[in-house]
Amino acid sequence: MAVLELTNISKHFGAIQAVNDVSFSIEAGEVVGLMGDNGAGKSTLVKMIAGNFSPSHGTMRMDGAELVLNKPVEARRHGIEIVHQDLALCDNLTAAANVFLGREIRRGVGPFRILDYASMYKRAGQIFAELKSETRPRDLVKQMSGGQRQAVAIARTRLSEAKIVLMDEPTAAISVRQVAEVLNLIRHLRDQGIAVVLISHRMPDVFDVADRVIVMRRGRKVADKRIAASSPEEVTGLITGAIEQVA
Amino acid sequence: MAITLDQTIAHKQQSWLAEKLSSQTFWVLVAVILACIFLSFATDSFATSKNLYNITRNVTFVAIIALGMTLVIITGGIDLSVGSVLCLCSMILGVVMHAGYSIEVGIAASIATALVIGACHGLLIAYIGMPPFVVTLATLSIARSLAMVASGNTVVFQFGPDHDKLLALGGGAWFFGIANPVVYMVVLALITGFILRWTRFGRYIYAIGGNEHAAILTGVPVRQIKVAVYMISSLSAGIAGIIQTGWLGAITTNIGTGLELQVIAAAVIGGAALAGGVGTALGAIVGAALIEVIRNSLGLLGINAFWQGCFIGGAILFAVLFDRVRKFRQSE
Repeated sequence: MAVLELTNISKHFGAIQAVNDVSFSIEAGEVVGLMGDNGAGKSTLVKMIAGNFSPSHGTMRMDGAELVLNKPVEARRHGIEIVHQDLALCDNLTAAANVFLGREIRRGVGPFRILDYASMYKRAGQIFAELKSETRPRDLVKQMSGGQRQAVAIARTRLSEAKIVLMDEPTAAISVRQVAEVLNLIRHLRDQGIAVVLISHRMPDVFDVADRVIVMRRGRKVADKRIAASSPEEVTGLITGAIEQVA
Repeated sequence: MAITLDQTIAHKQQSWLAEKLSSQTFWVLVAVILACIFLSFATDSFATSKNLYNITRNVTFVAIIALGMTLVIITGGIDLSVGSVLCLCSMILGVVMHAGYSIEVGIAASIATALVIGACHGLLIAYIGMPPFVVTLATLSIARSLAMVASGNTVVFQFGPDHDKLLALGGGAWFFGIANPVVYMVVLALITGFILRWTRFGRYIYAIGGNEHAAILTGVPVRQIKVAVYMISSLSAGIAGIIQTGWLGAITTNIGTGLELQVIAAAVIGGAALAGGVGTALGAIVGAALIEVIRNSLGLLGINAFWQGCFIGGAILFAVLFDRVRKFRQSE
């Protein structure tokens, strides 16, 4: 059964049809590349899955059960985690503090509860080790490389039992060496059985790590095929409109 | 031997000592101590118990408000109203007690006034989205005006049946000859330090100052925290007002004029960054102490009091410059 299934999803803002009748499904442990030009509707689509917008039409199902999201917090509760494009990190805090931001571990009784630094450092360290990232929980994020910052943002998704991780342009603003690091992080998530939706402009990244590619153009899904059966040329043609649509 | 991933992760880039040595607060503290040692030798009157009693007590009013201000500054905000809020809270206390009510009623009225003002600031800033500078600038004007209205712009110096209790509260020395205001300051500093370091509320204050957008995205209740922070700032001004009233024994409508600048100076000298995200309770106290030591020493060294502003201004520039130079070195 698909972990997430979208059926005939549409979203319009007034007269503007941002997403038009899109259906697709994602299996556990699958990496799906979501591609399209600016304004193709990929952000809107992802924001519906993340609970920022609710669809105008259509239904979303998670593990077969209907999924209705009114707030981002509800998406998180259902096991949908987002890695934001700007990573949403506080430079003045440590890596561990950022990982646990909004979900701090505390100890104590009733209202008298204090931050449990030791547990948070330990757990954050475990997650970084799992992700095979050389990131130190006690260091300030300010001093970190782009790849380490990505690791901190991705580590957040490992705090709960995430089923789906949405990643918005994770490789847009980092160096070539760090891109490889981030793609490895994505593979580690996949190996844990997590479905990853990778929104990206970078063709090589999608072809490197994704199992399947979905192309959007002007709010419609114009392609949904296995990476092995496609080519960068074909996807470029689909994004620009040179190729109208493929099955 | 190869270094494993686990070892790398367990390692910390800076040791505890190195971190302390690189903090602005630490070096300002060193400056305060050196100044005190120098003054003890250079003048006969500095290291007398009477002068030290005076200094420690004078520090407290600025320091207590600087504690609240530091929280606001860490979130990236500013509170310009504290001087006027201090005046209004003192005046409410004075007027209520003068009318024959007990000291408890007076203090309750005064604290309530402070909290209401702080809540108004917080709501306008966090929910309506007005800039903190503008909102608190308005209150700077409004609160002092209300103090004049409440008192008819007269001096209040008779505090009804609990007159002596109030004077003992602010002017006494109940513990080992330490002035009461100093005791209050130490207690409040410990509470503030604890909140910043050990509570989720404190963590969120830093997060908001570091990256407000990130705080919102990760589910931090940013608006509620901001309201609370401005309430704490006004509360600290109110508490300082109550203590100062007890110490002075009289209230005029111009007490606390220009105090906001001294308080902000103390917070900034102590290491709080106006851009947000950085600051400590200890820093607020140390910053206030440096300002007071400068003021006191100028008098004792026989330097004309007109020079005071230059030295305090110089200290502000020097403390922040020091921090800049340190960061330049780090980035190179």
